[in-house]
Amino acid sequence: MAYRDEKLDEEKVFKDPVHRYVHVRDRVIWDLIATPEFQRLRRIKQLGTSYMTFHGAEHSRFNHSLGVYEIVRRIVNNFENRKNWKKEQRLLLLCAALLHDLGHGPYSHSFEKVFGLDHEEFTRKIILGNTGVNHVLRKVSASFPKKVAEVINKTYGDKLIVSIISSQIDADRMDYLQRDAYFTGVSYGHFDMERILRVMRPREDQVVIKESGMHAVEDYIMSRYQMYWQVYFHPVTRSAEVILTKILHRAKALYKSDYTFKLRPQHFISLFDENVTLEDYIRLDENVTSFYFQAWLEEDDDILRDLCERFLNRRLFKYIEFNPLLHVKEMVELSRLFSEVGIDPEYYLIDDSSSDLPYDFYRPGEEEERLPIHLQLPNGKLKELSRQSDIVEAISGKKRTDHKLYFPQDILEALPDDSQQKQRIYDILFQ
Amino acid sequence: MLANHANLLQFFSSVEEVVGRKKLQKMIYILKKNGIPFGEKYEFHLFGPYSEELSLRVDELSNLGLIKETKEDKSSYFQYRYTITEEGQQFLTHYDNQFPDYQEAIRLLKEKSSRFLELVSTMLYFEELPQEEVEDKVRTVKKKQNYTDEEMTQAWEFISSLKKQQV
Repeated sequence: MAYRDEKLDEEKVFKDPVHRYVHVRDRVIWDLIATPEFQRLRRIKQLGTSYMTFHGAEHSRFNHSLGVYEIVRRIVNNFENRKNWKKEQRLLLLCAALLHDLGHGPYSHSFEKVFGLDHEEFTRKIILGNTGVNHVLRKVSASFPKKVAEVINKTYGDKLIVSIISSQIDADRMDYLQRDAYFTGVSYGHFDMERILRVMRPREDQVVIKESGMHAVEDYIMSRYQMYWQVYFHPVTRSAEVILTKILHRAKALYKSDYTFKLRPQHFISLFDENVTLEDYIRLDENVTSFYFQAWLEEDDDILRDLCERFLNRRLFKYIEFNPLLHVKEMVELSRLFSEVGIDPEYYLIDDSSSDLPYDFYRPGEEEERLPIHLQLPNGKLKELSRQSDIVEAISGKKRTDHKLYFPQDILEALPDDSQQKQRIYDILFQ
Repeated sequence: MLANHANLLQFFSSVEEVVGRKKLQKMIYILKKNGIPFGEKYEFHLFGPYSEELSLRVDELSNLGLIKETKEDKSSYFQYRYTITEEGQQFLTHYDNQFPDYQEAIRLLKEKSSRFLELVSTMLYFEELPQEEVEDKVRTVKKKQNYTDEEMTQAWEFISSLKKQQV
């Protein structure tokens, strides 16, 4: 029997708190899960620094990847024998679902920002490079790794396949909303996924939803909206992320200025030099970064030591709301005052913005690029979701942004009370 | 501080006016590929490389009154225009000389249609592939646009003239 069709003697199951069970029958999937690159995802948290705010949020990208695979497996089972569904795409879709986050590194958001990395690019490199994952995929066929990478990269010719993994209602989001809600312990993020899966229908170039399933989709959209503002953009989580980003900036700056580290940061060298290889990248995980943060507590550089201590012991920066337009002059003044009192504003005065658009659609002729969610009416015609749902219409196209300014209040408090600069800093921050 | 916002404002200041959201997306992507350090992350979408972050940031700049977005009803479609405001110019004064000069690249891009820039940006997205494969890929992912061989040739020439402006 061809490797692509091989089945395990008996079905394997993973207990899962969100989907109850993750079922594996295909030999290819089982072998992919066993590769070092996939196992590495156990050592990368799904929500980065969110565990500083929600102590339960310690779940990994491994958990999420299995979850996305399981949702896609159920979708594929439901699609069997339906019009527009090509059975031969089944394995390709399952592999893409399982591997879609393979290139994520530790605390991706911060690492990507500081070192100019792109996790999507590393997903592609792991799939196409000399790796265990590539070896398994190549056993299916020589062109199979490329196809899997294209589906994940959204450049695959068959748009139906791409939309199942990546669209405004896809398996990725359906898993992370529920999983993140479960592990953070919040009451948002819940919706009737079983219902959505039952009403999904394959069309030529996208998945659509039977009109009768509209209310389940409304719940999903609202759940996404709530999760972004209540969990993903939580200001305390962002404070931890700001500190983490500054640790990386500081370590890189020290390396570039020929500072001698007490412990050579071997795992970071190619990142600092911006010529990171695939092999180096795969070796990075959160255990490695935590090790260095511990080691940097012993460094002579005050800033690096202080930032690591803050991150490890959760001594985070405080924040205020600010409006970039109204406060730009004050920002410049604050920056000068911080320097005058010996606090480096580069590392201790940080602005951070979060923006989100819960659902978007385009009307004929508009140049938007987000494929909208379509409802399939009983006559077979399609109607864009927000034209049918008042709830979704109310939040469609509404972008929301939040600006925060982060600073170490404890250091400011320790300044002498008769310091004029301290008084002015307080006036600006807390006026 | 707010360097990504200021970087975009610098673009709006240099370009004077951008007509169309798609054109704006593709111009920034092409400039980014040409070495201008825009912080907005791009992924592949319906019309090629697209940045959700850029779309959100442009909206934010507009809400802050730093740029002006006008929406014109062209009967069968809406057209958006973007220009920097007085407040935007004022905001930029805090960032004197922090950004590279890429006026010539902007001039070249402004002359082109959004359809053509969509083609160029899609080609640049696949730039690691051999030329023939890039064209095959464009024909697969952009089937509906039906780009001609002549357009492909013009796009390659454009990319090479743009590379001469590389920062």
